[in-house]
Amino acid sequence: MHPVVRWFHQLGSPPYFERFAARWAPIAYIAGLLVMAYGLYGALFVVPADYQQGDSFRILYIHVPSAWMSMAAFALMALYAAIALIWRIKLCEILAMACAPVGAAFTLITLATGSIWGKPMWGTWWDWDPRLTTELILLFLYLGVIGLYNAIDDRRNASRAAGLLAIVGVALLPVIHYSVTWWNSLHQGQTISLFGTSHMDPSMLPPLWAMVIGTHLWFVGSLLARARADNLRRESGKDWVARLAEPRA
Amino acid sequence: MIWSAAKALMIRDLSLLWRRRGDALQPALFALLVVVLFALALGGEAQALAKVAAAVLWLAVLLAGLLALDTLFRGDADDGSLEQWLLAPVPLSWLVLVRTFMHWATTALPLLVATPFLAELLHLPHEQLPVLLASLALGTPLLSLLGAVVAALTVGMRRSGILIALLALPLYVPILVFGAGSVAAAGQGLDPVGALLLLGAGLVLALVLAPLAAAAAIRIALD
Repeated sequence: MHPVVRWFHQLGSPPYFERFAARWAPIAYIAGLLVMAYGLYGALFVVPADYQQGDSFRILYIHVPSAWMSMAAFALMALYAAIALIWRIKLCEILAMACAPVGAAFTLITLATGSIWGKPMWGTWWDWDPRLTTELILLFLYLGVIGLYNAIDDRRNASRAAGLLAIVGVALLPVIHYSVTWWNSLHQGQTISLFGTSHMDPSMLPPLWAMVIGTHLWFVGSLLARARADNLRRESGKDWVARLAEPRA
Repeated sequence: MIWSAAKALMIRDLSLLWRRRGDALQPALFALLVVVLFALALGGEAQALAKVAAAVLWLAVLLAGLLALDTLFRGDADDGSLEQWLLAPVPLSWLVLVRTFMHWATTALPLLVATPFLAELLHLPHEQLPVLLASLALGTPLLSLLGAVVAALTVGMRRSGILIALLALPLYVPILVFGAGSVAAAGQGLDPVGALLLLGAGLVLALVLAPLAAAAAIRIALD
């Protein structure tokens, strides 16, 4: 068997995943923290003030990366849920459910920073604009997935039912993404693009990309840490968990 | 085979409904109550009511449907009929579709019939009534189909309570926006057809996909 394929199969085993997550979660956290620290420093001190918005545009360095993360986390959750439903890989059920609270937190950060920015810029905390509304619905979908997962007693059934809801909810993601293009909206359009040219001054971009990479690393860290905890809880009756809990001689 | 199964299921649902005639009126009664409460809360002024009439009617229908959602598979899950559905030689998604249709016909269709009367209570301008009826005719089956997925997800639980609302409402939002939006557009003299076409497209899509998703959810719940 090809080594990469074998590694992938091994990762599906709970004890192997425990060792993998225990090693990589702290590394992802620290790397994310460092990259975000660089990004925040750049955003707050290096980047010049915007010619129209002054200093208040700097909140964008948190708003935009967490908005992207909120959608990416939902897509990833649905992907894991689909894998879990099709191939019945237990670890993917755990990973899918670990995505939900982290994604919900990023959605909440997006909404909060957006509304703090909106007060001085638009003169209102909230507006029923398509993008704001769809992001709010995304939060409700996250809460629905978490609620359904906690409401069913059997952990495996719960994660598969909640995963199915995540797959149904994925239909919303394109609507959020294109909401600024499809409707006339108060929210500004796409100004940053991964491929092609961004409509932003080049000097403003490096800290933003640092923040984007930093939030992704942080997400990976929390995903691994949460999945590790859930994995241990589900396997708590097994010998290898009992051996882990024993004090080391 | 699939038609005889559908016929048997329809006859069973109708006779069950007929033996509990009082329950069948509940959604319409609930919608009437919502409309009355809204009218009283808004002070009963004809002009103020006419402005929000379409939105209130859409909300009343949506909430009445939400209230009836839990009964969609609950009885069959309790008495074990749902297990027989799984064993039946016809596809589970087909039975789900038939049941959803019957549920729509017995809970949403009476509301649709009552809508002109409720609209009169709220002083809805007469030229908006056809648009409202069209949007409800396209929107309520869509609500029922999405609701079937949610009801199937919660069927394994003893009491679904507020959870069913938390799961269903985010999925209902686009339907409400386009449904009430079409009437609002007509009220402003704009063309409501665009929003109605989107509702129709959503209905066609849900007609194909929702029974499959609901069937998958039932399989998970009964696993």
